[in-house]
Amino acid sequence: MKRNWWKILSVVLLVYTVLAGLLWDVPRLSILNETIRALYFHVPMWFTMVLLFVISGVYSALHLGRWGSAAKTDLFAVSFAHTGVAFGLLGIFSGMIWANYTWGSPWHGDPKQIGSAVSLLIYLAYFVLRASVDNDEQRARLSAAYNIFAFVAMVPLIFIIPRMTSSMHPGNGGNPGFNMYDLDSTMRPVFYPAVIGWMLLGVWITSLRIRLRQIENKLEEYEDGF
Amino acid sequence: MNLFRLIEKEIRIEMARMAVLAGLLLYLISTVFILYVSFQFRQNLLNAVVWSALFWVVSFFAFINAGAKSFIGEKKGTDVYYYWLVSPEALLFSKIIYNTLLCMVLAFSGWLIFGLLLSNPIEDTLIFSLLIALAATGFSSTLTLMSGIASRSGNSHVVMSVLSLPVVIGMLLNCVKITRNCIDGLGWDASQGHLLVLLAINVLLTATAYLLFPYIWRS
Repeated sequence: MKRNWWKILSVVLLVYTVLAGLLWDVPRLSILNETIRALYFHVPMWFTMVLLFVISGVYSALHLGRWGSAAKTDLFAVSFAHTGVAFGLLGIFSGMIWANYTWGSPWHGDPKQIGSAVSLLIYLAYFVLRASVDNDEQRARLSAAYNIFAFVAMVPLIFIIPRMTSSMHPGNGGNPGFNMYDLDSTMRPVFYPAVIGWMLLGVWITSLRIRLRQIENKLEEYEDGF
Repeated sequence: MNLFRLIEKEIRIEMARMAVLAGLLLYLISTVFILYVSFQFRQNLLNAVVWSALFWVVSFFAFINAGAKSFIGEKKGTDVYYYWLVSPEALLFSKIIYNTLLCMVLAFSGWLIFGLLLSNPIEDTLIFSLLIALAATGFSSTLTLMSGIASRSGNSHVVMSVLSLPVVIGMLLNCVKITRNCIDGLGWDASQGHLLVLLAINVLLTATAYLLFPYIWRS
């Protein structure tokens, strides 16, 4: 129970996010109208994705630096990348639903849409690389190197280039996404808990994946033993 | 010292088997020729956007072919030989510098061939040349590292393009944007920021490649 307090916190925060996010007052803005509530669901997806990719990159670095068990750091890196991609897809799809109502159609080739699509492509390439190397040790090392390189290549794509070109995202210019609710602080009490809740959920899902994989590996070893 | 020796070795090998270089140039010529045939009577459709996109797509695939062969297709045992002889950093930088030269040759000849067969709408020649030099450095350091990774996997050539394409899209988009500015003759002010971003990306990626390569090389 003591070690699981953050899972309970995540559930509490997300229940609060869904209830308060859908029911509480939000600022009335033209065009955005009620879709402004997407802030509580769409934006945290990206925050969580970036967090998970960062953790994945850190484990890859640990793997290359030979900290801890090699098999464990490799498993952690790939699992966090998996969940990160899942959150990225949710971010894209939730954004497309939102765009359908505010911009008029789901896909506009907005710099941020392109950046996020490309970063997902990068991580899909990471999985392809893992699938095409047979030797376990070599796969772990090559994919760790690619993971770090890919993350570095992704940084300008989602943090720098979208800020240099005009984007149709609300609050563009300066810090994307933050200007929007600077207009009105009624959204902060829901937005921050939402971000933390979704991030905890991402880590939680990943930890379940890791445990599942560890059990599978154990079972395989067990079967090989006979 | 080792570095120059290694670069010299690369150039000598290239001169010894001209077929590869000739093949790359022929690739450029035939691609642009296909474009020429397709656009034949509709040269007016070849506006700034189309020209810059076509130029970079054609050059990019030439770059991939050039970069792929830096580690893929080396004779078996060569890597073990290098491993004993030189430091991984020297090897990486020799390949990057050599590939940069090769990419520049390819891009400039691509520009020439585009000019001969289609048109040469570039107004800011100097900025565009600088862009080609910057792009060649960035692409070659990325592609060299990717080729190092891909050479150690199964079907290397597929993996090579799958790995490098998403990583360089950011750079490629920047190149297309600056090329458009060069065609419109907007001068320094318009392209300065983008050139700086390109330079920053180059430095970032080359530094990362430098840090990561020893780990790839060890396996």
